[in-house]
Amino acid sequence: MADPMKIRANVVGDSTEVKVLMNHEMETGQRKDAQGKTVPAWFIQNVTATWNGKTVLNAQWGPAVSKNPFLAFKFKGGAKGEKVQITWTDSKGDKRTDEATIA
Amino acid sequence: MIGTFRAALAVAGIACAVPLVLAQSAADEIEKYRRALQDGNPAELWEARGEEMWKARAGPKNASLERCDLGKGPGVVKGAYAELPRYFADADRVMDLESRLVWCRVALQGMTEADAKRNPFGSPERKADMEALVAYVTGESRGVKMNVSLDHPKMREAYAVGEKIFFFRGGPHDFACATCHGEDGKRIRLQDLPNLTSKAGAQKGYTTWPAYRVSQGELRTFQWRLNDCFRQQRFPELEFTSPASVALTTFLAYNANGAAFDAPAIKR
Repeated sequence: MADPMKIRANVVGDSTEVKVLMNHEMETGQRKDAQGKTVPAWFIQNVTATWNGKTVLNAQWGPAVSKNPFLAFKFKGGAKGEKVQITWTDSKGDKRTDEATIA
Repeated sequence: MIGTFRAALAVAGIACAVPLVLAQSAADEIEKYRRALQDGNPAELWEARGEEMWKARAGPKNASLERCDLGKGPGVVKGAYAELPRYFADADRVMDLESRLVWCRVALQGMTEADAKRNPFGSPERKADMEALVAYVTGESRGVKMNVSLDHPKMREAYAVGEKIFFFRGGPHDFACATCHGEDGKRIRLQDLPNLTSKAGAQKGYTTWPAYRVSQGELRTFQWRLNDCFRQQRFPELEFTSPASVALTTFLAYNANGAAFDAPAIKR
């Protein structure tokens, strides 16, 4: 499994605000290394956020997203103590799931 | 005639003032942008990795760094960076954070000094252990007021040497640190430079390192910053954790005393 992500989830009014910092190189496939060889593309392609078994966010990413992506979003519902899970899968087939408790 | 001359002067005056106003609002906008980036600062990922590394067993002695004494007692990390550099009796010399981490990796984990110093500045292909450890330790001093002490004679010596280095002109451009950092309002291209000879400039300059450098996608430490300054001055390479680098750090850290430490930060 890849390096862990940092997730913060807070109740704001009747919604939950989630902020995620993911650890990923997000190589576009356009960059060349010091020897002049193209660094192969390697980036997160899919991000899913779930809460109480429901999918609250689904994202399809491409190489335009920068290194160590920061994702912030809100969804209606959520109460203190409940859990939010974030899962990402990348172009090499690697995946990572982390969970956070809503504060 | 005089009327139009006066009018022309007034217009010229305004024309001169406008670029200054534009420059100021550009700097303010950049500051706002930086503060917005603070929320998702990838430096947190380095802090997390550093904390793991601090607690993990490593090296030939298969030990963790949890007994490492950063100056406030073995294993005390909170607030330690705000009092560094300092004199360490066991090494009988002044050390900054990175030289102290090298010391602990050798003494506690049994690494050779060469191994402990290897790859100090990371790249996407090769992550640097040192940058993660620095991120973790400095993060534990966030908000703490800088409090470097010159009580020990070797600290006073380091400060004096650091001051000399700061003003020493050399290299093919005849630059000193003071050339870029000795006056208010200087910048390199679009990067404003802190005036390190003023109290405010010295405090801001020191307390915002280490930082995640967005343009490099890596967390950069103070040793890196000094190394890169030497490169920009076209000086010979400043060796990692060399006595010169520690002396210069001592000079700059002591000058920042009183300011709240505000890193790991995020920079361009």
